[in-house]
Amino acid sequence: MSSLNKNNFLRSLMFYFPTLVLFLAVLNEIDLNYLEIEYFSFNFVYILIFYWTLKNPHYLSYGSIFIAGLVNDVVTGLPIGISSLCYLLICAVTAYLRNITLRPNFMNDWLSLLVTILLVNSIQVMSLDLIFSIDVNYMRYSINSGFTFVFYPLFLFLFNNLEKKIKTQKND
Amino acid sequence: MASSRDDFVIAIRSAFLKKSYQQKFSLLTLIFLSLTILLLGSFNFKVIQYIKIGIKEVVYRSSFVVSIPENYVKKLNFQLKDHLNLYENYKKNEVLLDDLRKKKLTNEFLVLENEKLRNLINESVKSEDIYAKVLVDKDSPYLKSIVLNKGSKNNVKLGMAIVDDSYLVGKIIEVNYTNSRALLLSDLNSKIPVLLEPLNIHAVLSGTGKNYGIIEFTKEEYDKKVNNNEIIVYTSGYGGLFKPGLPVGKIINNANLKKNIVNFFSDFGQLDYVRIVSYEIGSGN
Repeated sequence: MSSLNKNNFLRSLMFYFPTLVLFLAVLNEIDLNYLEIEYFSFNFVYILIFYWTLKNPHYLSYGSIFIAGLVNDVVTGLPIGISSLCYLLICAVTAYLRNITLRPNFMNDWLSLLVTILLVNSIQVMSLDLIFSIDVNYMRYSINSGFTFVFYPLFLFLFNNLEKKIKTQKND
Repeated sequence: MASSRDDFVIAIRSAFLKKSYQQKFSLLTLIFLSLTILLLGSFNFKVIQYIKIGIKEVVYRSSFVVSIPENYVKKLNFQLKDHLNLYENYKKNEVLLDDLRKKKLTNEFLVLENEKLRNLINESVKSEDIYAKVLVDKDSPYLKSIVLNKGSKNNVKLGMAIVDDSYLVGKIIEVNYTNSRALLLSDLNSKIPVLLEPLNIHAVLSGTGKNYGIIEFTKEEYDKKVNNNEIIVYTSGYGGLFKPGLPVGKIINNANLKKNIVNFFSDFGQLDYVRIVSYEIGSGN
């Protein structure tokens, strides 16, 4: 009986793992988006949202992504709502890609990520600079977008393995 | 042509409006909600301000709890480094202590003289300190700031100076009921009036988003003077925001940047406890 309960707990933990990682990423002080290493940073949250909403949207709900965006704004001190908007725009792109794609292809996904990041970061920079008059470092944004794009295959491999594990747990 | 446009419209409509499996809200609803929050927030709409304060109270505490393991590892790393450099540090400190003992005597005399001179012009500087713990010091590319565990409940007000030991590190930019956020001097949006000593030049110290600041708004002839001297940067007290004479950093001439950069005295990455300082200059006139 206890092993059955333990299995249930593990199963639900695995199911909510992407959501848990998302909230840990926005709440924790380690920010991969800003590693204090000059000319190196990448946006882990963008990769996480892009992968899970594209491949398996039922593991990561839009509601939790919206709340994670609000939390990120509060922790990083951005105007409230801006990260939520950016995260949801990524979701919109992935939802559109899901609808138009019959046969998923790695290269298409990878290039779509680049276009999505450029679009989302442009919207964020324009809003911060023009509406909220917050000075932003354009070079840092460009580097960040580049590395986020470059690191996608690595996380794709990790998340693919994780997804397989979640599916195995579910079927057990 | 028309059918491909129809496909595009159907795909867009489906992406934005369809609530897929396990999704309680449609994307369009949430995007509109974010935009509404963003716009109302920019107009300082009261309801949004209250919601903001509520979220901040919860999120700052949660972030502090979530970051405990990471902070523990970070501290352990610093402790290990300290232990490894123990002998080297001891030798350095011995020399420094000798030097400081000599300087202390001169300093005591100067403090007394300063007090006497202030009394002569009936001027007194009153300052109050509030000790605060740093809850969150998450660096972000947009804002170099820290979250402190003292808020309006403890009489913290906007614009108060944040001091680490005796060095200025930033100012309060946001006050909630039990916590507040301070903008660090290194932030791109930070600009404070400073005095360059011993040249007695007034200037503005701007943050760069990196671990140093730059001196702005000085004439070219001053730049040349600054280049060849060892200069300490203090707050000038102009604008009435900061107490005058708070040490900020030291100027180092950087040939690569072709600018005079300010190395801050305090290490912003290792702030645990800070003082929130408010001051008042009393005049007998």
